[in-house]
Amino acid sequence: MPLVYYLLLSALLFGIGVAGVLLRRNAIVIFMSVELMLNAVNLTFVAFASHFKNLEGQIFVFFVMVVAAAEVAVGLALIVAIFRVKQTVFVDEINLMKW
Amino acid sequence: MILDMAINLQTVLFFLFSVIALGAAIMMVLHRNPVYSAIFLIVTLFALAGFYVLLNAPFVASVHVIVYAGAIMVLFLFVIMLLNLKQDPSRKRGKVARRAFASLLVVVLMAEMGVLIGGSLLTGNGVAATLPAIGLANGAADSTGFAGDTAAIGKQLFTTYILPFEIASVLLLIGIVGAVILAKRKLTS
Repeated sequence: MPLVYYLLLSALLFGIGVAGVLLRRNAIVIFMSVELMLNAVNLTFVAFASHFKNLEGQIFVFFVMVVAAAEVAVGLALIVAIFRVKQTVFVDEINLMKW
Repeated sequence: MILDMAINLQTVLFFLFSVIALGAAIMMVLHRNPVYSAIFLIVTLFALAGFYVLLNAPFVASVHVIVYAGAIMVLFLFVIMLLNLKQDPSRKRGKVARRAFASLLVVVLMAEMGVLIGGSLLTGNGVAATLPAIGLANGAADSTGFAGDTAAIGKQLFTTYILPFEIASVLLLIGIVGAVILAKRKLTS
């Protein structure tokens, strides 16, 4: 498959992730859209690694997954902590710091 | 460009996986129930694992399924279950202007990426046009001697990239400690 198809597919997935972040108001679904964006970038890295026959792209994907796992753990702990106080996960209602 | 591709297994699998990935991603963004969104994201992750296998990356595909679909999404589902979230209220869909502006931003972003990758209609310069100029074949399926198997990635990880590897382990430790502290209940002494 030509490389361009993989790049276009990953760009589409990234755009869908951005749409999810902007359009949804549930904090957990926003977080899942961020994970979708990270996965789209992973696909770009692996496609370039396969195209240039270089393993560095796949190793970078490994580190992106490590960072995504740590980020999900901390982010979900944050959401749980906020839910305990505000009893909601809708980002429209978490506006205590709004001026 | 589509019509002069060989109809072999790789092409069929590419289109099958891309249809599954895009469809599940769109459904994940649009569905009201967060549990369904998580399940659709798991379907997308499995389609991406299929792509990684097509791209000579079996180790990355296995780690992807084990870590993402097996740990991260399970964590998401646990949190959704523990917070006992109901569906999004159907009447509070948000202002129309906000949704229109967000949709416009996404369309502009995708058009920008399409122009960058495919080349603009005016000049024809894009990633697709510059790749042959660098001297590389345009994504041929010839992959002799290149395999992203566990031994090759392990050899790279433990010699050239040993420092990022150790830093990644420290980062995971920080993530564990931070998550436990943030989610802990205050002890009522």
